[in-house]
Amino acid sequence: MNKWENNRAWLLTIPVLIIVAFSAIIPLMTVVNYSVQDIFGPGQRIFVGTEMFRSVLHDYRLRDALWRQFLFSGLVLLIEMPLGVLIALAMPKKGWSVSLALVVLALPLLIPWNTIGTIWMIFTRPDIGLFGATINNVLGIPFDHTASPIDAWITLMLMEVWHWTPLVALLAYAGLRAIPDVYYQAAKIDGASPWATFRYIQLPKMRGVLTIALLLRFMDSFLIYAEPFVLTGGGPGNSTTFLSIYLVKLAVGQFDLGTAAAFSLIYFLIVEVLCFLFYQALQNVGKGANP
Amino acid sequence: MKKGRKKLIGLAIYFFLLLLPIYWMLNMSLRTNADILSVLTLYPANPTFENYIKIFTDSSWYSGYINSIIYVTINTLISLMVALPAAYAFSRYHFVGDKQVFFWLLTNRMAPAAVFLLPFFQLYSTIGLLDTHIAVALAHCLFNVPLAVWILEGFMSGIPREIDETAFIDGYSLPRFFITIFIPLIRAGVGVTAFFCFMFSWVELLFARTLTVTNAKPIAAVMTRTISATGLDWGLMAAAGMLTLVPGALVIWFVRNHLAKGFALGRV
Repeated sequence: MNKWENNRAWLLTIPVLIIVAFSAIIPLMTVVNYSVQDIFGPGQRIFVGTEMFRSVLHDYRLRDALWRQFLFSGLVLLIEMPLGVLIALAMPKKGWSVSLALVVLALPLLIPWNTIGTIWMIFTRPDIGLFGATINNVLGIPFDHTASPIDAWITLMLMEVWHWTPLVALLAYAGLRAIPDVYYQAAKIDGASPWATFRYIQLPKMRGVLTIALLLRFMDSFLIYAEPFVLTGGGPGNSTTFLSIYLVKLAVGQFDLGTAAAFSLIYFLIVEVLCFLFYQALQNVGKGANP
Repeated sequence: MKKGRKKLIGLAIYFFLLLLPIYWMLNMSLRTNADILSVLTLYPANPTFENYIKIFTDSSWYSGYINSIIYVTINTLISLMVALPAAYAFSRYHFVGDKQVFFWLLTNRMAPAAVFLLPFFQLYSTIGLLDTHIAVALAHCLFNVPLAVWILEGFMSGIPREIDETAFIDGYSLPRFFITIFIPLIRAGVGVTAFFCFMFSWVELLFARTLTVTNAKPIAAVMTRTISATGLDWGLMAAAGMLTLVPGALVIWFVRNHLAKGFALGRV
């Protein structure tokens, strides 16, 4: 769409800029301030320049947490995206069942994140949980997410897929609903198979919403904190210590402000770069959809 | 027809698995702690509302819900009020640096909450807002305002610009046009945006827990504190968890018809 050239439109964005500046720029400057100092206590601080950054970059625990984070986000996306599309394809198209299905589907998204952790803790514990008890007693496979790193990962992945696949499904569903009927009629006349209809009509038409889904899902899984914090606390050992958990451990647990701040800035930078790449992709998709 | 049935069965299995963990929590919430620890049953044999009664009669529990609802409401109002004009500017005007500012806003939606934790704590204790509802509401603006601008911009771009032009020719001023014509046109978008602000503020724990001590403590934080203190009252924890589902479920019901489009940020 053509837009009017008008620089006074800046005035309309002032309220947003003030409020975001207050809650983003000022805190970020504080982080920068921390990151170049070594803080022993109130009034006792030394300027140390880039030392914190160097120590963070050489911290193997940070690198481990980073790889763990990429692995987790990648695996979760590989499961959630196809599953979400499948569910969207199977969703009813009209009638009262649509409302019901949508409400049920959206339910996990409205649960506070630590309640999600609580639900899954209760559900997967070997003693009182349905899932844990079934695996242990009925199938006879020892399963305990507090003791085995692999079990902890399986539990966290299940939880994340359970929690967020509905978001992908809702987005894909919205994309499917927006396809005009004439496309399907044309496909029917051409005798296209269901697969061909999916591959050449539905998938290209869903590209925009699926990119949004990918963007939101990647970012939120990359920032995951509350659920693993409640469920595993980052353990057993450090096996589920993701970036946010490690950061909070550093900053609040060990009160290592300088290192935590330097780590924060690097973390933020990684997110920013990835965000930029995704955003560019999103813009290109937008152009492709509305030529 | 056979294919249709297969789809239906697949969907039914998915919904069953989706509801199973929630059902399990409901089951737990209707039993006493001693009962939970002694036997594993698929349904509560002697359902009791003891856990719920405790929550509704103990002010340290139910005030958590009230606090959460207060700051979520404040946050939703602030987010909508500042995002509406900005979204209009982004959808209608081309101005110096518009794309850059839009992207910068978006990056805040993606900012790791953990990064902002300590600075927020310092900032709000310096200006004396610690442990107030407004502090949490403002902190949540970090991710909700960008999101609100993003969604509203999507909905606004779907309204043809000719409507604005006609109104201006008819002598409407921008504020009057905006309030009397434009906002009613995108009211579905406003509803969906309010839903999202509500949702993300309601589910967030990290800021809400860090910025509050007692007066504005959210239910999510009350729950975690009880876990660590008494350790093992699973029934009470499950009941508190069940109650956190209620506001969300109510809100979904109101916006169910716009839900799908809203999740696509108005860009379908």
